[in-house]
Amino acid sequence: MDNIAGKKPALLWAVHISVVALVLLWVVPTFGLLVSSFRTGDQIVSSGWWQALTTQETQQAAVRIAGTEAEKDGAFVIEGNLFPAKGVEISHWGTSSREPEAFAPGETAPLNDGMTLTVQADGAFVLTSPVTTKDMRLPRVFSTASSPPEFTTRNYTNVISSPLAGQSIGQAFINTLTVSIPATIIPILVAAFAAYALAWMEFPGRALLVAFVVGLLVVPLQLALIPLLQFHNWIGIGKGYLGIWMAHTGFGLPLAIYLLRNYMVGLPRDIIENAKVDGATDFQIFVKIILPLSFPALASFAIFQFLWTWNDLLVALVFLGTGNDQQVLTGNLVNLMGSRGGDWEILSASAFVSIAVPLVVFFSMQRFLVRGLLAGSVK
Amino acid sequence: MNPAFQALLVIAVGVGGCVGYFYLSNLFLDKVLFPARGPQAGRNINRANAVRPWLFLFPALALLCLYLAYPVFATFWLSLHGKDGSFVGTGNYTAMFQEPKFGESLRNNMLWLVVVPAAATGFGLLAAQLTDRIKWGNIAKSLIFMPMAISFVGASVIFKLVYDSRDAAVAQIGLLNALWLKFEGGIWSVLFLRVLPAVLVGGLLLAVLWGGWLLLRPVLDARRQEKPLIKAARVLGGLVALVIAFELGVWLLGVFTNVLPYGRPQAWLQIPFWNSFFLMAVLIWIQTGFAMVILSAALRGVPEDTIEAAILDGANPFQIFFKVKVPQIMGTIVVVWTTITITVLKVFDIVLAMTNGQWETQVLANYMYDKLFRSLDWGMGSAAAMVIMALVTPILIWNVWNARKEMR
Repeated sequence: MDNIAGKKPALLWAVHISVVALVLLWVVPTFGLLVSSFRTGDQIVSSGWWQALTTQETQQAAVRIAGTEAEKDGAFVIEGNLFPAKGVEISHWGTSSREPEAFAPGETAPLNDGMTLTVQADGAFVLTSPVTTKDMRLPRVFSTASSPPEFTTRNYTNVISSPLAGQSIGQAFINTLTVSIPATIIPILVAAFAAYALAWMEFPGRALLVAFVVGLLVVPLQLALIPLLQFHNWIGIGKGYLGIWMAHTGFGLPLAIYLLRNYMVGLPRDIIENAKVDGATDFQIFVKIILPLSFPALASFAIFQFLWTWNDLLVALVFLGTGNDQQVLTGNLVNLMGSRGGDWEILSASAFVSIAVPLVVFFSMQRFLVRGLLAGSVK
Repeated sequence: MNPAFQALLVIAVGVGGCVGYFYLSNLFLDKVLFPARGPQAGRNINRANAVRPWLFLFPALALLCLYLAYPVFATFWLSLHGKDGSFVGTGNYTAMFQEPKFGESLRNNMLWLVVVPAAATGFGLLAAQLTDRIKWGNIAKSLIFMPMAISFVGASVIFKLVYDSRDAAVAQIGLLNALWLKFEGGIWSVLFLRVLPAVLVGGLLLAVLWGGWLLLRPVLDARRQEKPLIKAARVLGGLVALVIAFELGVWLLGVFTNVLPYGRPQAWLQIPFWNSFFLMAVLIWIQTGFAMVILSAALRGVPEDTIEAAILDGANPFQIFFKVKVPQIMGTIVVVWTTITITVLKVFDIVLAMTNGQWETQVLANYMYDKLFRSLDWGMGSAAAMVIMALVTPILIWNVWNARKEMR
């Protein structure tokens, strides 16, 4: 079927261009945030991320000259820097709002009352006056700064170590790991045994149980929030890690059982029957034959469950406490969006810390993920 | 105790406990309860084999019942009770249906339910078909699939930057506004903002009408005998298509007549009605990869000979796609569609993170969360959860029905 397109070069080109457009549409938003996370806060707000590689000319806020005057050769002189904190390159400057770009750096501007002002490219200025400038209104300086492209990893070091929304992202990262690893491993084991029973053991009501699991696949976990919170309070574990591990296990089980059963049913019957004839018990068959053979299905479910628990917000909001030692990355990010919504250098770096692990897992184990998706949906 | 250490302990205890439970319970069954020796060995083996499946199933079943089945009933029970715990019957439901915010959530959810599965499946089908034909298709696929790994909250941050809006006097840092400000009403604006949308909406309109006609045609055909239930479903589908087509017609008119505010940066998330679409874009962006992967596998499974036969009969690529391939993967398309529908019903994170239901973007799941944890009204929140459950139920029944069919 490939040769249909091959016969018509124009159509093949159209396909190539459409795919490029689609891929760009899908990648550009993420890429924009990635670029932004490496820019300084000033740069992010002064120009779009797509201009990160070009030098920006930006109008700076007007600065009124201030400083202590010194008497030098019969004149009164004030020296200082317009932008003491920032490293700016001034490309033009002026002393009136009508002509903000009248002078180049290093030029001297004549002012009223015989005063002169010289501004250098780095913002250093010298104001010279024949009379004392005390009680006088000093001039304002308008300047256009050109800021060269600047990239930094400081955003990341900042968000990882310092507490921004109650706690640091670094701590939230550890909390998220604490939630997701047990919540991935426990359901696999529980589900594997159940899936084996549903796939290879004969007993009355098996079909009914499979239907029950399939039905539970679509039950929205929203329904479970309040009853389970009550239940957790009743048995005395309240809000905390133990509760969220159990909740994630319960919510992940239908998919786990369904995926694993679908896979195990497809394993060759001969192997299992031969083993039974040779006197192996069900437990031995399960541990020595079924588990190793089901590795691809186990891996694909593990990836699903890991991505799901890592990315989850709702379950964490409900079943975890609000203390700093229990906030997860997604919750932290939502808080940041509320309290520091405009600080893109913080938001973008935090977002990338939180999506880095899933992305690594995704790209390294994509094959298993695809296989799991297909086993779960197409059958 | 340090939570990380606690986690390690839980992994050890959990894994050890599971393995220990299964091993010891089997051992107990075979050696103590029904030992396979003595005068009743044969009967004991049979008994042990009858009990064993339940040993394997017990932990999973207990967790499933406790964490998913029981809450359905408990939530229903809670939804019949007021804020103070007194029994109010259907009071919560009637109160909820009179609340404007609930009506808004329901309307928005309906919009989400139509737009997101359709768009994600459509884009997924397009991407699957296109990437299957080129050499670097696998790289393209994996890039389009990538958002699957990104959390809804992370995706919200990503798109918040895209939608960012600033005063017209300063540089825009949001991509969408930067693009928007490029349009000034000239020829390109007409091309991109009038003609292109008109073609898209018009095409969609024709597609919906065509789909509705395909659904209705068998009903009008007197020779075909069908069950009344299927007939009713066809008529209902046709009517829905007609309503959507009418709405699209209104939009088509709007594309040409509305006045666009050129040169002014837009706060995209604050424009009522349309802001929902900007939120939906996030979910479509995430779900398209899922649809693409599954549909691509389905497309590869289409038998070669049907396609070859079509080529020999002189079909062009579009005819092959729409008349040969798509009908053969219809089953998979339906599965993808319903799976995305379920995801849409549960969507909560995106709305919470981006607008928190302000500017008329509320959806059911966030409305429910609002009631449960901000107003602390468990009765109302449970009632909202039951509405979500009611919307999911048709899919649940259909899934179970299919599973039963497969088991036979």
